[in-house]
Amino acid sequence: MVIDMNGLFALAGNQNSGKTTLFNRLTGSNQHVGNFPGVTVEKKDGQIKGLKGVTLVDLPGIYSLSPYTSEEVVTRDFILKEHPTGIINIVDATNIERNLYLTLQLMELDLPMVIALNMMDEVRASGNSIDVQKLSQMLGVPIVPISAGKNEGIGDLTLAVKELMAAQPPRAKLDFCTGEVHRAIHSIAHIIEDKAKAAGYPLRFAATKMVEGDAPTMKALQIDENEEHIIEHIVEEMEEHLHTDREAALADMRYSYIENICADCVVKYQETHEQVRSEKIDRLLTHKYLGIPIFFAIMLVIFWLTFSVIGQPLQDLLKDMLGFATVQFSGLLQEVGVSEWLRSLIIDGACVGISSVLSFLPVIVLLFFFLSLLEDSGYMARVAFVMDKLLRKIGLSGRSFVPMLIGFGCSVPAIMATRTLSSERDRKMTIVLTPFMSCSAKLPIYGMITMAFFPDYGGFVMFGLYVLGIIVAILSGLLLKGTLFRGEPVPFVMELPSYRIPSGKSVLLHMWEKAKDFIRKAFTIIFLAAIVIWFLQNFDLHLNPVSDATKSILASIGSVIAPVFIPLGFNDWRASTALITGITAKETVVSTLSVLTGSSTDAQLAASLQQIFTPLSAISFLAFTILYMPCVAAFAATKRELGSLRGALLTALYQTGAAYLVATLVFQVGSIWFH
Amino acid sequence: MTLDQVKPGYAAILSVIGGEGALRRHLLDMGLTPNTRVTVRKVAPMGDPIELFLRGYVLTLRREDAAKIEVVQVEKA
Repeated sequence: MVIDMNGLFALAGNQNSGKTTLFNRLTGSNQHVGNFPGVTVEKKDGQIKGLKGVTLVDLPGIYSLSPYTSEEVVTRDFILKEHPTGIINIVDATNIERNLYLTLQLMELDLPMVIALNMMDEVRASGNSIDVQKLSQMLGVPIVPISAGKNEGIGDLTLAVKELMAAQPPRAKLDFCTGEVHRAIHSIAHIIEDKAKAAGYPLRFAATKMVEGDAPTMKALQIDENEEHIIEHIVEEMEEHLHTDREAALADMRYSYIENICADCVVKYQETHEQVRSEKIDRLLTHKYLGIPIFFAIMLVIFWLTFSVIGQPLQDLLKDMLGFATVQFSGLLQEVGVSEWLRSLIIDGACVGISSVLSFLPVIVLLFFFLSLLEDSGYMARVAFVMDKLLRKIGLSGRSFVPMLIGFGCSVPAIMATRTLSSERDRKMTIVLTPFMSCSAKLPIYGMITMAFFPDYGGFVMFGLYVLGIIVAILSGLLLKGTLFRGEPVPFVMELPSYRIPSGKSVLLHMWEKAKDFIRKAFTIIFLAAIVIWFLQNFDLHLNPVSDATKSILASIGSVIAPVFIPLGFNDWRASTALITGITAKETVVSTLSVLTGSSTDAQLAASLQQIFTPLSAISFLAFTILYMPCVAAFAATKRELGSLRGALLTALYQTGAAYLVATLVFQVGSIWFH
Repeated sequence: MTLDQVKPGYAAILSVIGGEGALRRHLLDMGLTPNTRVTVRKVAPMGDPIELFLRGYVLTLRREDAAKIEVVQVEKA
């Protein structure tokens, strides 16, 4: 039966508590689920199934309501400003002590609340038990035991939400503060009562925040100097009596209360099977000597499967199919008598552009298939644990390692993968640095140049290029850490969740989400870029169509820009034009150079290249290629993840600037060296 | 003694939580409160961070942050 009523519920809980899984169960909507701390960056909403008109908002996973991380601020602001009808608090029953810490803070918000006690199946299977009824009584909050993963208890939870809306809900018991803290909270509540009411703040929450010295709440309540003085005095007195400071006193008060409750309601003979299993798995995966080799082996297998075994055939197949469709479509357009230039625009501009980007789709989907396996299983948190020390040196944390590694495959999914980073600062920095990891699309360029200049040292040159990219990334990290991204890095205090077998549905959802993202991009920004490039390639400066590529606007721009590269050792319009077309996709550097030099064989191309470059300027050309701004697809991803065009442009400018500087250095230092 | 000096396989009782600002608050929120028993489970391959077990769950912490936490009664876990 579908009930028609209006309501807005907030779903709040710790990270790794199964919150997003529960959200999907309750709403049936498509949303990504992850087993990595902090997957939900933005809040998402959906309609609760069976309760028409009741919206559920999935808030970021948080451990507390303090105003320190952006996730905590988002959650606080939502609850305090949007005035939801009620809260669904998801609690991981296998980790109940720490989860209830947030519950106690949510209770202070004085909103109708129901606790969804998740993973009860794991608790029971281990022979442990929780007296749900007693716990509910002690907290004064209705509790529904569920297992979101196994879809158990979801109907009961929906029913509980309905009851919460229908009846006068029971008030949560707020008598968990004792002694000196109790005295302080109540004295302050008395003082600020009117102001809290005026500001629309729950009194108990506001009073607790006063004790904590919470600046945003002080400001919202417009506490004057006199009141602040009195409050400070009360808190100082409390600190003096307790021989501790305000923050520790409150955390201690909450945890002590939870310990007492758990002593009464929770019977825990042993760790759950999942916890025991996790410890065993970690003996290998985070092993002192084997941990790092195993991680690289896993990544190697993923790359191998993605880029060669499965990905390559799929990519080729898709390319063939799209090529076939394009030819058919072209024939159709000719038949119906569409003018030649329009046909060229549609086929050579739009279709070819989109096909070249869409051919990346299999690789991206595959990579995200493996990534969501790593993420949902809980392994990604271990990678962060193992790699943290290395990345800390450049001002990042271990969590940035995986996106950077994916960058060696393709910058697009790498930039998209930064979504898993919980710190805004780390995220931005990772997005800027990732494209320095040489992506696989640049391989044909390296192949072309080494074939022409260093046929015997191919491997050595390639290795050097990868190392160059990494070195520039490290230097950039050090530079950015000291300038643009100064300020405290978010402390690396991270939970290692128990390993869990990823659900097929969740992995598929994740893949679908990323594929959708990418396809949308292919048909918007990349579509536009393809048409612009087509136009530049097919018209001359008088806007007359050209048949000879050397007379196009693009070639003219290439000629104008060419002298810019004199410090890098090459001054040829074909090289600069190739670098411009390389922005659409890096492989096109090769095809552009072939077309513009009129080479049809590798030998011809090599001969032409030897006229354009010297061995040294070929190296500086390569250095520029590996470092300068990534392709439009990656640029679009950067814009989307940074949420600003300006940021994306600045990033591209920085990358291109770094490329120019490094390539100039390579050529100039090289010139002196070999002189 | 501070938490970073506790060897893997040993447990200790936390006495004073140092540090300041967001870090300290986060440590307290995660359950690292005075009188809590914490087991040091292992050290990451590169020697940092460290892996702790407390309140029925696993937490990782950098050494420099663990050095701000004082402990007493160190014993074999």
